Amino acid sequence: MQITNLLLWTSLIPLCGAILLIFIPRFYSHLIRNIAFATAQLAFIYSILLWLCFESTTSLFQFIYTINWFPSYNIYYTIGVDGISLFFIILTTWLITVCTLISWNMPDSQIKEYLICFLLLEAILIQVFCVLDVLFFYIFFESVLIPMFLIIGVWGSRERKIRAAYQFFIYTLAGSLLMLLAILTIYFQHGTTDIQVLWNINFDVRTQILLWLAFFASLAVKIPMIPFHIWLPEAHAEAPTAGSVILAGVLLKMGGYGFLRFSLPLFPEASLYFAPLIYLLSIIAAIYASLTTIRQVDLKKIIAYSSVSHMGFVTLGLFSFNSQGIEGSIILMLSHGLVSSALFLCVGILYDRHKTRLLKYYGGLVQVMPIFSILLLFFTFSNIGFPGTSSFVGELLVLMGVFQFSPISTFLSAFSMILGAGYSIWLFNRVCFGSLKLQYITNFQDISRREFCILFPLSVFVLWMGIYPEIFLSEIHCSSYNLIAYFN
Amino acid sequence: MYLLIIALPLVGTLVTGLGGRWIGRKGSNLFSTTCVVLCVFFSSIAFFEVGLCGVPCYISLSPWISSGALNISWGFLFDSLTTTMLVVITSISSLVHLYSIQYMEHDPHCPRFMSFLEIFTFFMILLVTADNFVQMFLGWEGVGLASYLLINFWYTRLCANQAAIKALVVNRVGDFGLSLGIFTIFYLFGSVDYEIVFSSANIYTNYSISFCGFSINTLTLIGIFLLIGAVGKSAQLGLHTWLPDAMEGPTPVSALIHAATMVTAGVFLIVRCSPLIDLSSDVLLLITLLGSSTAFFASIVGVFQNDIKRVIAYSTCSQLGYMVFVCGLSYYNVGMFHLVNHAFFKALLFLSAGSVIHALSNEQDMRRMGSLANSLPITYAAMLIGSLSLAGFPFLTGFYSKDLIIEITQISYYSNLQISFGVYACWLANISVLFTSFYTFRLIFLTFIKNTNSYRKHIENIHESPPLILIPLILLAISSIFVGFLTKDIFVGIGTPFWGNAINILPTSCNLLEVEFMPSLIKWLPFVLSSMGAILAYTINVGVLKNNIQFAHNHLFRKLAFSLSKKLYWDKLYNSFIVSPLMYFGYNISFKNLDRGFIEFVGPYGISRTIKNWSTKVIKIQTGQLTHYTFFVIFGLCSLLLLVPVWDFLQFLVDVRLLVFCFIALFVA
Repeated sequence: MQITNLLLWTSLIPLCGAILLIFIPRFYSHLIRNIAFATAQLAFIYSILLWLCFESTTSLFQFIYTINWFPSYNIYYTIGVDGISLFFIILTTWLITVCTLISWNMPDSQIKEYLICFLLLEAILIQVFCVLDVLFFYIFFESVLIPMFLIIGVWGSRERKIRAAYQFFIYTLAGSLLMLLAILTIYFQHGTTDIQVLWNINFDVRTQILLWLAFFASLAVKIPMIPFHIWLPEAHAEAPTAGSVILAGVLLKMGGYGFLRFSLPLFPEASLYFAPLIYLLSIIAAIYASLTTIRQVDLKKIIAYSSVSHMGFVTLGLFSFNSQGIEGSIILMLSHGLVSSALFLCVGILYDRHKTRLLKYYGGLVQVMPIFSILLLFFTFSNIGFPGTSSFVGELLVLMGVFQFSPISTFLSAFSMILGAGYSIWLFNRVCFGSLKLQYITNFQDISRREFCILFPLSVFVLWMGIYPEIFLSEIHCSSYNLIAYFN
Repeated sequence: MYLLIIALPLVGTLVTGLGGRWIGRKGSNLFSTTCVVLCVFFSSIAFFEVGLCGVPCYISLSPWISSGALNISWGFLFDSLTTTMLVVITSISSLVHLYSIQYMEHDPHCPRFMSFLEIFTFFMILLVTADNFVQMFLGWEGVGLASYLLINFWYTRLCANQAAIKALVVNRVGDFGLSLGIFTIFYLFGSVDYEIVFSSANIYTNYSISFCGFSINTLTLIGIFLLIGAVGKSAQLGLHTWLPDAMEGPTPVSALIHAATMVTAGVFLIVRCSPLIDLSSDVLLLITLLGSSTAFFASIVGVFQNDIKRVIAYSTCSQLGYMVFVCGLSYYNVGMFHLVNHAFFKALLFLSAGSVIHALSNEQDMRRMGSLANSLPITYAAMLIGSLSLAGFPFLTGFYSKDLIIEITQISYYSNLQISFGVYACWLANISVLFTSFYTFRLIFLTFIKNTNSYRKHIENIHESPPLILIPLILLAISSIFVGFLTKDIFVGIGTPFWGNAINILPTSCNLLEVEFMPSLIKWLPFVLSSMGAILAYTINVGVLKNNIQFAHNHLFRKLAFSLSKKLYWDKLYNSFIVSPLMYFGYNISFKNLDRGFIEFVGPYGISRTIKNWSTKVIKIQTGQLTHYTFFVIFGLCSLLLLVPVWDFLQFLVDVRLLVFCFIALFVA
């Protein structure tokens, strides 16, 4: 195996695993679990290898692999990574591993299809983050819907899940159609969909504005930005734990990644033109979602709404057009991928034990689940951007970057620091402190070894990213500087 | 050795916090106390080397965050300001550790408590040793976290929960200001390192930034943001509400965090940024106004509190006001001097109060105490020394700094010095002296002298506290007597070289000389005022006026007393004008009306409903009769043929905006 094929293998492994699982009878449920876990692990190891072999001193794409897919129409299937996409791939492979582990105790009758869905999702997500062709990006971007729709619709927790799944589907699809039109326009105008070529093409400003809007419609739904966000709390609240983890951890990042990869470098003038719009929506998201979060009573909805607020910060940073803002957004996305996933895992752990997600029934858990409480405290404080955790690095960089572009936006969005502390601490306090509600809590079991092994590496990584983020930033620098060059 | 000062508390907290299960109560007590005591030892050496010998030390470890022009590194700066803080932090912390071994003896979570104290010490040390603003912010937030955990130590109590959340969220408002200050600093200087920022601050005096439509001098803006941070942490007027509530935590915590160290972080920030703040007279004015108002407000509210810890908490608030406004008058070294002295006597007061509470089976209301002087002689002596020191009795620790502060405000009256707002500070500071002395002696009289009002059950169990509680009290009492005298010439002596470059001392600061040449009548004023306060407290509580309280029935006085005992309704103000509307917005407007209302209506449900409605309508047209279909075809063809000739006329009437209205109308239909 050559190093150049590393990326191809990383993306193929989960697909092979999924195909393998299809041929294993449902009866061998333990084998199915083990194979899924091993596949996810292997993909994770490969993605780490990708990081180790990554050359950080260039902004060019690496590990490129090309297939001439549609020769007569000049459409190539090309994959490759640069500093921006590298960590998203690692995040995906890691979180899928986590998902296979967290669903270990699912009933044997359902586990097979469930794990196949996740492995398929992994294969598609890796493609989304490494494919270098707008048309293929669109295809994979949309295909994510299929396994996700099944995960929410089939393995969700309540009857409302169908409604949530449809809402998720309609929103995403409606937005994406416009993106398809934009991609076709680009293709018919310039005869190619390869982004490395397209990056060197100057669109005229009026076209840029229209195309930017079309891309925005699709990406803003995924992120989600404020008027398009209502699918998110619904989908999160209905999805199974692993679904929420992957939804918050990776799917939301696709929007941000899309902005980084397409909107900013392809349409720089339009991006500058629409920056005030993005700022307005982001600031509204940061404050409005925080205020909404304070009054939620469903644990999952609290975390989902706080995701909306954090994603507001991400979009702010993306459109600050300087290295601090853009790198901050990338770090914040990665950090949010870890922290909110961990919080969803924590909620999942509670749900497994007490079968409710309503805040009302919890209280004083620190007495029966001390280790869980420590981890929850850690992730809660990461969520509010406590210095020394990864979110802080992201938020600091984003706000520093935005300050140079528009001080007043920083001032307004920083209010969500206060509100964020409010809802996070309130949540933690209600769940862990106070007197133990013995009338509701009847299961006295701290987290198991499996759950600890899931959460502990996440916490280590969050801390590592907070204390020594250089190791990530140094890989991102070249690509982000290259991106900024489009605006100078 | 310098890094050990930082590392030891961290090791301590990790071992006691994560390994408390294995090393047990005694092990964790011993380990954590040893760590802090070693820290005291090392920081004394650091104080000697850096402060007294004048050799600042700078350690750079590794880069932290870098992006573009931004370069933040893990670095530690030990100058005289840092080492002074270090000595205060570690010595108070070690005494509190020692004290808590006994105080928390019956608590099942002793290792956790020790670990929290230790993590607080670690973050506080990180705060003072940082060499850049962001690292300081880490310590700043960290002490907030430690404060949350420690106030919430007895987590089953609802009061403790509320107080802890309040402390954290209110502090977060301050953090919001500080972080904005950091962003502005990076915007202006392109760096967040102290040395770059402070040394180049002079160049940027004329830069201004457009903010909220106003053009503001950037340095003023930075100063205001930093001031918000300091106000939050140091519980100045406006964001002070968390401090009295924080007394829900265990008493050693109040002594360490809410008196001696954490709350002084705001003052430390102002002193640290003195080269920046000194350049903006507007910020200095604001600091002086805020500080002196806080000193006055807190002292007058303290008079009407009945909880022994709350009285001391308001006293802390008031003393912090003194420190802040003297910084506003540009005497940063005097503020620092008061900070050090205050740490000792206020920790003493809190720990003595803890001893009283311990003896009285956790009774905190002063009205249910009395005559304890005979049963708790050593505690009484300690409390008395602390109170006298707080009231500024001559030649005790508090006297040297407090008297100096008041004299500095007095010299504002000299017209050649041009400190007009100093006059405001002068009046409030002098009045506060009276009230300070009044409430602190009221505390003494009610607790130790007046006939007892306690329950019999409590009185039977009264005992002087065990030696581990008394040793810290005695040590602190000794330092409350001598520290001021010993360090006066180092900190605020005229022409002292101690501070070096750590604090910006303006050439005009030779005003300290003016203090020496004031008329002796004015120099006597603070003493007279505090004696008056003490005598007043005596007459009202145990003296002739004890049974003759006609004035208390006065309508006006009752109103005043009532509103003051309600802390002038600050909490009420915040709850009903800020918190409730936001909560209302969060549920009724943003969630119910918008997310669950408008957006859903125009979004997924609106679309699906409209499609359903229209499809049912369209279905009705599909009758299956050929005649109907023929009718539609002909009707369509005719209208098309009719429309084409008049289109030129019609297109003026058709507008894109109209189409949008039509689209929305579809939903309503």
